Order: sequence, then structure tokens, then C-alpha cells
Amino acid sequence: MSSTEMQVQVEPQRPWIDRTSSLKDTVALVGVSAILAAVANLVTGLAGLMGFYLAFVIFFVITSVIDGYRHDKVKAVDKMATALVTLGFATAFIPWASILLTVVRRGWPAIYGGYFTHDMSVTAADDDLAMGGLSHAIVGTGLILLVACIISIPLGILTAAYITEIRGRLAGFVRIMVQSMSGVPSVVAGLFIFATIVSRWKFSGLAGAFALAILMLPTIARTAEEVLKLVPEEVRSASYALGASQTATTFRIILPAARSGLITASVLGVARVAGETAPLILTAYYSAIFSTKMTGQPIASLPMYVYQNFTVGTDTALTRAWGGAFVLLTLILILFVIARIIGGRGKK
Amino acid sequence: MDMEKMDTSAKRAEDMNVETRASTQASTLDERMVKMSGLQTKSVHAWFGDHHVLQDVSLDFPANTVTGLIGPSGCGKSTFLRMLNRMHEFIPGAAMAGEVFLDGDEIYAPKTDVAAIRLKIGMVFQKANPFPSMSIQENVLAGLKLANLKVDDKNSLLEECLTRAGLWKEVKDRLKRAGSSLSGGQQQRLCIARALAVKPKVLLMDEPCSALDPGSTLKIEETIVELSKTMTVVIVTHNMQQAARVSDYCAFFLAADHPGRVIEADKTDVIFTSPKDQRTADYVQGRFG
Repeated sequence: MSSTEMQVQVEPQRPWIDRTSSLKDTVALVGVSAILAAVANLVTGLAGLMGFYLAFVIFFVITSVIDGYRHDKVKAVDKMATALVTLGFATAFIPWASILLTVVRRGWPAIYGGYFTHDMSVTAADDDLAMGGLSHAIVGTGLILLVACIISIPLGILTAAYITEIRGRLAGFVRIMVQSMSGVPSVVAGLFIFATIVSRWKFSGLAGAFALAILMLPTIARTAEEVLKLVPEEVRSASYALGASQTATTFRIILPAARSGLITASVLGVARVAGETAPLILTAYYSAIFSTKMTGQPIASLPMYVYQNFTVGTDTALTRAWGGAFVLLTLILILFVIARIIGGRGKK
Repeated sequence: MDMEKMDTSAKRAEDMNVETRASTQASTLDERMVKMSGLQTKSVHAWFGDHHVLQDVSLDFPANTVTGLIGPSGCGKSTFLRMLNRMHEFIPGAAMAGEVFLDGDEIYAPKTDVAAIRLKIGMVFQKANPFPSMSIQENVLAGLKLANLKVDDKNSLLEECLTRAGLWKEVKDRLKRAGSSLSGGQQQRLCIARALAVKPKVLLMDEPCSALDPGSTLKIEETIVELSKTMTVVIVTHNMQQAARVSDYCAFFLAADHPGRVIEADKTDVIFTSPKDQRTADYVQGRFG
């Protein structure tokens, strides 16, 4: 017999304790906790859905610890920490899921084919849901956000570049100003534009865009600053060592290197203001008629469409308002996805 | 503000000269004509804030030679190297005194075009630093774009630079791939190719192999020997064998209770076989540092 045939087949062995609990254990824990919570729900003061959840949280932690003690104390502490972290995540997730579900559930009846092609010029808020739509609000929001982006994205990125790349004499001052600007309440930004622009001319989409740009700028500048700081110092050295000027280094090396992060910064800026209502009440106001004119007259927007319908307050109007909220959330989601795709491209 | 800084450094330099002029200057390679090819430093000092890190360094780097700068960590080798292409001045609070000549022209003279100096004196860093958003091809040609230089045949330049850096065979089929997709050693050779693309006369290398495996190190050393036929190379290294293998001249830096300075500078075989200073002998034989 040759030595290879004599060799014993070696099977991989894992004598150590698996650190993640098995699915079976988890299901058992959740089941036992749920039953105990249900009993507590019936016989104690922990009544209602919230009471049940609270009881479940308590029992889940207790049963996890008991389960861990079957091994040893270390495992028990480990199980308790795992239970707390998981419950923390689940608890934070509840409002998120609740908002999303409520918006979809209550907004869905308002959606029909013509919802995206009609405006509200010949339809009243409490007319039948098969009439009217929010095309005017989508276009208005799109135009206002577009102009706000055109103003604030270059300004925000240049501000960040001034702080991290140019490192000018005023960099520290500018950083503090940007930070304090991010604390400006949105209604104050609206009032500022109302006082400077709207009071002299008229409500307009352009004024709305200015107000939103004021709110976007600090978000973009601060995020972009963090992103630019992540570009390694060696990359700057390499560029300077090739005889590049500061301008060439900033615009041809550093900003392209941080492109994905800068897109994220811009999207965060848009997401910050897309649902803002207060500044728009004071600047762009609202119009029921489809229009792409950004000056001289009010223009609709999705948050204002929602607000207008809520103030009417009848059942159909409220459904329209939820429908508007649904469309707004969906548009922001689409924007995020597009930005992710653009930002992710070029990374090989 | 800059003017003030310059004034104080100049004053400091004068003070230093009063103290050190009498002391023996260890450098042996001066005593040349000012107008000569290659790189030359005269009484170079460096400071970081009030900290005097480098004192009175006068060295010659004759054209088409390789000079190794050796010495323990913190003795000012890298600082000295960064002064040779004016990268030292990027560090806040940094100051210098003395003169550096490239082919007889003072690179710290007023009105000197710093960008032009850095085009003539290229640099390779300790950590490979390809531009992250660029492909291999774009990385090599980045210098041209950054300095707005025009070149007739980009493809032949690309091939020439990658070949000289010893990388062409490995990457010729994937020039459009990201520079960061290469291995560490390949990235460092890519950085060498990038430095070569702007046709520098001098190449400064700051511990280019310290993070690389022996195989990649060997390839880069072959590259250095090849490059030295047409250009001047100054290399900082902590690897004594590397200094012995690639360099024609060696300068031994030491900072012990005083600012860093050159203890001894001579032909490499002299430094390694019959150094005049005991400290040099101790260092190259690994007895300290």
C-alpha cells in the first residue's frame, strides 16, 4: 500500500462554541417572550400594543440572560448585550416602518393614472379622487430643487474646498459660520427671502429656490468638508510634486477623487430641503395651476400641495394630502437611488 | 508674513554660521565649481517652527549618478530630500536657509517658478500614492495634464514611461483599469512612471521600497540603476544592502543631541568598506540606529 492510501481523511472540526446563536434558539426565545408578554398583557397593567411591546422587551432580555446562563456567566452577559442591541435596532425601526406604511396605506387611494398628468386648476380639493392630480406640484418641486441645487452645490463644494484645500486665512471663521448656518430654522430662511426678495417683487419659484439654497448650503458644505478630509495627504503631495498648482490639484485631483462622497453630500442637501414647507409658504407659495414659470408668480410644490389639502380637511382632501406625501417620499427615494448609481460608477 | 519668516530664518542661519563655520564640515564632495550639472546644496539648514532639524548640509549630486541618503530615523534625511524640490515649504511652520542649485541655477532664488522646479525634480514617496480616481494610463499622463504640457504622441510616451519603470509588460493589457487595482509594488512603479512622464532631470525617492516585498524591491532597484544612466537619482533608504546595491555615492546623516547633519559623504564603496568616521562604520555595520 502506498502512503497516500494509508492517509486518514481529515474532517474539519469546530470544537469551539459558535458565537452567533442558532436560528432555532432565537425563534424559541422570541416565541417564549411573546407568550409571556401576551400573558402579562392580559393580567397586568401592560395593556394595549405598547404594553405588549414593553413586556416583550423585558421578557426577551430576561429569557436571553437565562438562556445564556445554561453555558456560563460570560455567555449570559453576551446574550444580554445582543438582546439589548437587537431590541434597540427594532425599536428605532418601528417609527420608520410606521411612517412608511401609513403614508403608503393612506396615500395609495389617491393614486390613479391621471394623478401625475393633471393639476388642480379645474378640480377642488374635495372633488372625487378620480379627478385632478399633482403634476403641477411635481414640476414645481423639481424646478425649485433644481435651481436650489444649481446655486448651493457649487457654493457648498467650493466652501468645503476653501476650508480643506485652500486653507485660507478665514478657513476657521468660515467653518464656524457654516456650522452656525446649519442651525438656522427653516422658517427664518423663508422670512429672510420674504423680506429681501418677495416683499419687493412677488412670490415666485426663484424666491423659493433661494430660501431652500440657504438651507442646503451648510449641509452640503459640512458633508463635503468631511469627504475632502478623507482624501489622503499623499495624494496632494503627489500632485504638488508633479508641478501642479493648488488650483489644478484641487479641481483635477482632489475633487474627482472625492466625487462619490461629494454626490452623497449633494443628495443629503436635497433630502434636507425637499420636504421643507415653512420657507415655501413665505416664498414660492402655492398655485393650483401647472406652470413652469419661476418668476413673478407663485408656483406649486409637493409639500405645499400636501399642506393645502390638509388645511381643507375633508376626507378626499386628506387622502390627496397623503397621496402627495407618498409621491414626495417616492421621488426622494428615486433621487437617492440615482445618486447611488452615479456615485458608485467609476469605482472599479 | 512669509517675508517675516524668511527674515528670521536668514537671521538664524547667520547665527548658526557663526557657530559652525569653524567646526569641521564632514562633506567631502564640495570643492567643485558652482556651475555644474546635477544637483548641489550649499549650507542647507531646516527648521520646523523653532526646532532646528537640519544643520549645514552641503552635498553634490553629480548628473547621472545615484546617491543614497542613509542614517537613523529622525535625522532629517526626508526633510533634506523634500527641500531639494521645494516640497518642504508645504509644512506649516517650516523654514530653511542655504542654497540649492540645479544645473547651476539656484532653485530658491526669488521669482523662481516653483512648478517648473518640481517638473525638473520629480519625486517618489514612501507610500505608493496613485491618483485614486484615475486609470493606469491617466495616472502616468497626469503630470502633463496638471502642468498643461502638450505632447505629440501620448501612447508612445505612456509605453516609454511604463517600460522604464519596469511595469509595461504587466499592465499593457489593462491600461484602462484603476491605478489602485494594482498590487503595492506595481503601484509604486506606477508612481515612478508618473514621475518620469514629465521628463525630470532628477528623481527624488523617499524610502520607495520600505513597504514592499523583496521581489518588488528588486524590480524597483533594477529600475533605479536603469534610470541613473540618464538622470540623477537621490534615494533615502533605511536598507543598508539597498544603499550598497544601487547607489554610487552615500551620505550618512546623524542627529545625536544636535540638529541632523552629514557625518560623512563619499563613494558608496568607501562608506561601506573604509569609512573615516567611527559612527559611520558602526551604522553601516548595524551596530546602532
